[in-house]
Amino acid sequence: MQPLIRAFGKNSDMASVEFIPAQVRKEPGAARTFLRQLGKNRLGTLGAVLVLILLSSAVFAPLIITHDATRIMVGPRLADPSSEFWLGTDQLGRDTFSRMIMGGRIPLLVAFASLGSSLVVGLALGLIAGFGPRWLDNLLLFLFDTIRSFPGIIFALAVIALLGPSMSSVILVIAITSMPIYARVVRTQTQALRNSEFVAAERSMGAGTTRILVFHMLPNVIGPLLILVSMDVPAVIAVEAGLSFLGMGVRPPTPDWGAILNEGYSNIQQSAWLVIAGGIPIVMATLGFTFLGEALRDIFDPKLRKYL
Amino acid sequence: MLLYLCKRLVLAVTISVTAVTLLFLMIHAVPGDIASILLGPRATPEMKAQLYQQMGLDKPLVVQLATFFGGLLHGDLGFDVFSQRPVADIVLEQLPYTLELILASILWAAAIAIPLGCYSAVRRNSAMDHIVGVMAVSTIAIPSFVMAVYALLIFAVSLRWLPAIGAGEGFADELIHLLLPSFAVGVGWVGYIARLLRASMLETLGENHIRTVRAFGVSEWRVITRYALPLAILPTVTILGVGIAWLLSAAVFVEVVFARPGIGALIVQAVNSRNYPIVMGTVLVTTFLIVIATTVSDLVNAALDPRIREEL
Repeated sequence: MQPLIRAFGKNSDMASVEFIPAQVRKEPGAARTFLRQLGKNRLGTLGAVLVLILLSSAVFAPLIITHDATRIMVGPRLADPSSEFWLGTDQLGRDTFSRMIMGGRIPLLVAFASLGSSLVVGLALGLIAGFGPRWLDNLLLFLFDTIRSFPGIIFALAVIALLGPSMSSVILVIAITSMPIYARVVRTQTQALRNSEFVAAERSMGAGTTRILVFHMLPNVIGPLLILVSMDVPAVIAVEAGLSFLGMGVRPPTPDWGAILNEGYSNIQQSAWLVIAGGIPIVMATLGFTFLGEALRDIFDPKLRKYL
Repeated sequence: MLLYLCKRLVLAVTISVTAVTLLFLMIHAVPGDIASILLGPRATPEMKAQLYQQMGLDKPLVVQLATFFGGLLHGDLGFDVFSQRPVADIVLEQLPYTLELILASILWAAAIAIPLGCYSAVRRNSAMDHIVGVMAVSTIAIPSFVMAVYALLIFAVSLRWLPAIGAGEGFADELIHLLLPSFAVGVGWVGYIARLLRASMLETLGENHIRTVRAFGVSEWRVITRYALPLAILPTVTILGVGIAWLLSAAVFVEVVFARPGIGALIVQAVNSRNYPIVMGTVLVTTFLIVIATTVSDLVNAALDPRIREEL
C-alpha cells in the first residue's frame, strides 16, 4: 500500500475514495449470548443456580455458619432442629448446619485440585501421544487403556490403603483415574490437526514442535477438554464424598458431606437429620454440576457427545 | 471377525498383564516396611524375618514378580497371613454375593427402565418423555451410597417394610434382603437405559417390518412388546459390559451401607486393617472381571456391527 499512497499523494484529486463506515449492528457480547442460550435451557439454568448457591456458600462459609463447626458442645446430642441449632446437632453435640455449610469446602476443593492436575497431565500426555512418534503413541494409549480397566472405587481404595487416608490421597487417585479420558480426547484432536494446512504452513516458516504444540494445538483442544472436565465434576464430588463416607477421606473432625452422611448413617435409628444434612448437599452438588455440564456441552460443543 | 477376535483377545491379555504389573509395583512402592505395618508396632525382628520369608519379600523384585505371575496362572493370588488362608479362597467366597447384587440391580434397572423407555418412545414429547429425558442424566449422577442410605432410612428405618442389614438365610429370606440394596444400585441406571431404549425403539418403530405388522392389524401393544422391543433392546444389552465397572463401584458402597458380605465389604475391611494381600487380590479379581466384561461386550458389538471391527 505504501507506494500507492505515495504515488497519488494524500491530497491528490484521485483520492476521492471515501471511507464508508460499515453499518455494523452491535453484536451482543459473547457473555450475553451465552447467558441467553443458558437461559433457554431450563435444566441448565437450574444447574447454574444450584452451582452458584453451593460455590457461594463454600466461599462465604465462615460468614454463614452459626457455630464453630468443629467445637464439641456440652449441649444436647442428636437434637432435632431448633432456633439455636437450625438442623439439630450431631452425636457429639456439634451444630449440624454449620458442619453442612463448612462441609462443602472440601469436595469443591478436591474437585478443582484433582481435575486441574488431571487436566494438565492429560493435556501434556495427549499432545505427546498425538504429535509424537508412533511407538510412543501406542505406548501411551496402552497405558491409558490399562488405567481405565482398573475398577473405579476399588482401585481408589487400594491406593488409599497404600498411602493412608487423607485428602491428598483422594486428590491423587482421582487425578490418576480421570486423566486417561482427557489424554485420549486430546490425542484424537491433535492427530486430526497435525496434518492440517495451518500446521504445515507454520512448520514451513520454521516453527519448532514446542511452538506448534503450545500456540497452535493447545487453543484448538482446550475448549472441548474444559467441557469434558466440567462434566466430570459431579463424579469427582461423588467419589470424594463416597471415600469420606467410608472413612477414607478427610480426617475427623474436619466437616465434610460424606463424613456427615456416615455419622448420620451410624445414628440412623435415633435421628434422620444428620442423614438429610449430609445427603441433600451431595445430591444438589452432583445434580447441579451435571445439569450445568450438559448445558455447557450442548451450547459450546454438541459434537462432543460422541466421545462419551 | 476372526482377526478382530484375535486382536481384541491379545489386547485384553496385555492389558491384564500390564495392570497386574502396575498393581504389583504399586504395592511394593509402599512407603515404610510392609512387615511392620502388617504386624504392628510390637513385632520382633524374628517375626518380621519370618513374615518376609513367608511372603517371599526377601527375594529380588523381578523374582517376586515372576513368582506372582506363576502363581496367578494356577489361580493363586497369594496368602493371607492373618487368617492363614489363600487369598483366592477368601475373595472367591465373597464374589457370589457381589455378583448376585449386581445381577439383581440390573433386573431392577431393566424392570423400571424398559416400560419407561417404551412409553416415552411411543408417546413422544409427553410429560413422561420429558421426565425420562431429565432422569437420563440425573439418576446416574446421584451417588449410590446416598441412594442406599435414603432407601435404608425410608423403607427400613421409618416404614420398617424391609430388613435393614445382612444377606439373610435361605432362598426367600435372601431375596428379601436383596430387594433394597439392589434397588439402590439399579436405580442409578434407570434413566440411562430408558433413554437408550427410547432412541433405539424410535428407530425400530420406523422400520418396514413394523409397518407391515401394523398393516396386518396386530394390536399396538403386541407390535411393541412382540416385534419392536426384542430388536430395540439389543444396543442396551451391549452396554451392560461397559457398565460393570460402574456397577461394581456402586456395589462397594451399598454392601457397606447394608452390611452385606461381598467384594466391597471385603476390601473396605482389608483397607482398614491394611491387609495388603487381600486388597491386592480383590483389585486383581475385579480388574479381571472388568477386562472380561469389556472384551465380551466389544466382541458382541463387533458381531452386531461390522464397522467397529476396523477401529482396533
